[in-house]
Amino acid sequence: MESPAVEIIDLVKRYGRTTAVDGLTLSARRGAVTAILGPNGAGKTSTVEICEGFRRPDGGTVRVLGLDPSHRRLRARVGVMLQAGGVPPAARCGEWLRLMARFHATPLDPAALLERLGLTAHARTPYRRMSGGQQQRVSLAAAIVGRPELVFLDEPTAGLDPQARHACWDLVGDLRAAGVSVVLTTHHMEEAEKLSDHVVIIDRGRVVAEGTPAALTGAERQLRFRARPGLALEELLTALPSGSAAKESPSGHYIIEGQVAPEMLATVTAWCAAEGVTADDLSIERRTLEDVFLELTGRELR
Amino acid sequence: MTPRQRTRARGTAGAGPRKDTVHSLDLTPAPGAAPLRVMVMAQTAAEIRAMLRNGEQLLLTMVIPVLLLVGFSAAPLVNIGGGSRVDFVTPGVLALAVMSTAFTGQAIATGFERRYGVLKRLGATPLSRTGLMLAKTLAVIGVEVVQVAVIAAVAAALGWRPAGSVPAALALILLGTAAFSGLGLLMAGTLRAEATLAGANLVYLVMLGCGGVVFPLSAFPASVEPALRLLPITALTGGLRSALGATGVLPLGAVLVLSAWAVLSLGLASRTFRWE
Repeated sequence: MESPAVEIIDLVKRYGRTTAVDGLTLSARRGAVTAILGPNGAGKTSTVEICEGFRRPDGGTVRVLGLDPSHRRLRARVGVMLQAGGVPPAARCGEWLRLMARFHATPLDPAALLERLGLTAHARTPYRRMSGGQQQRVSLAAAIVGRPELVFLDEPTAGLDPQARHACWDLVGDLRAAGVSVVLTTHHMEEAEKLSDHVVIIDRGRVVAEGTPAALTGAERQLRFRARPGLALEELLTALPSGSAAKESPSGHYIIEGQVAPEMLATVTAWCAAEGVTADDLSIERRTLEDVFLELTGRELR
Repeated sequence: MTPRQRTRARGTAGAGPRKDTVHSLDLTPAPGAAPLRVMVMAQTAAEIRAMLRNGEQLLLTMVIPVLLLVGFSAAPLVNIGGGSRVDFVTPGVLALAVMSTAFTGQAIATGFERRYGVLKRLGATPLSRTGLMLAKTLAVIGVEVVQVAVIAAVAAALGWRPAGSVPAALALILLGTAAFSGLGLLMAGTLRAEATLAGANLVYLVMLGCGGVVFPLSAFPASVEPALRLLPITALTGGLRSALGATGVLPLGAVLVLSAWAVLSLGLASRTFRWE
């Protein structure tokens, strides 16, 4: 049986007294896009950099394409996009990409790749003179120019404008269609929801939830509406079947969770009538990945 | 024209990127490393390009040595105790040129490559660390060839007539390159980039002043002279002077001092070098 693109079991990584990764276990399927989602400091970059062979784990096992991450053979098979830097500031981006291409046996045509990422006009621009979004695209191009079978993208769309972000997403989609395995980190919910086959939410160095975006957001639906702030929800709850939940978040926005059925809708609207309020924007929605994420990782600022 | 180039030409001829260009990208995995020779040559070319493009580096490696050569050969600025001034100054300037490229330039460039994550990123490519170090060495030697050619030409125009043994001089230059590269990489791999920048320039100035490059060692008090003789720059300067002088011998003392610096610095650098 073919080994997964990435297999991590009980990974531990410490920096002095802080434990960045604390018994993390995850598996990334070949040919799929796996998103590692987590708040800042959750251990995303540490995990990815261990997979890339930059850091040694303090515990657990990591296998990349079935090999130890430090294995030399992986260097040609795995493409890497660092979270920041990695390109000499004075290097012209076309030259840098051609250099990266020359390290590989059958690379992509650097000029075609620049064209694809809208960088042709900047091929002779030194890296330091490019905008943040252009620099990100150069790093992305360098990660895939060697035609790898697996790519690690550490926050590939951080700081990109909407056009560049969509270009990046399209490219990730094309990589997946071509059979490339992709592992990316992000704290962009839409990115994880749109791009990935599998989402792993990590917090404080551990996996707190994983699954397809659909499975994570659940079959569970919620009823949402807007009304004047400060309605007494306790009363409504007594009228709803047990197991239902109601909250006001943010102020004036109400969310009712539970068995969303016609009866529930009737109960809620009846209660609104009794309270003398009109429910605006009443809708039945699935939870978003962001709801799940905030529920699992909390709302406090880190 | 290859089909690929044709597609490219078509794509850029119209207004904006065309769809057919986009489709020419085949992302299907086809991993594989290029042969080591190809990788090392590509990296060497990139390193040389970076060195020749960097204004501060050029000032250090080309402009200052040539200015010193011309200035100290033409004007009686220091007392060299008889003999042709250009014959005295040229070996010193050659030694200075080797130090500026192998030590100062390489330390600063590598220090900043480390700081900007370039060394880390290169570590994720099929180019091995050995391959990278080989490329850096070849690039340093490549730039030194240009320096030696320029300095020798200017010196010849000023009346330099080298006697002695060219192979002995080349052997000393190689040994000096090893010693200075080791020192440069030792700094670049352990200190912060800014500290390397300041430190490498300071060391350059001290060695320029005290290493017999243009001021003869006899200008210093007799008590410090033995210590100055142990500096790598002094060994290289003195060694080149005797190799390119009338006797043309490879001076054993200089070879020993340079070898000791090379073994010590390269050994320490390889143990302490931090890639991030």
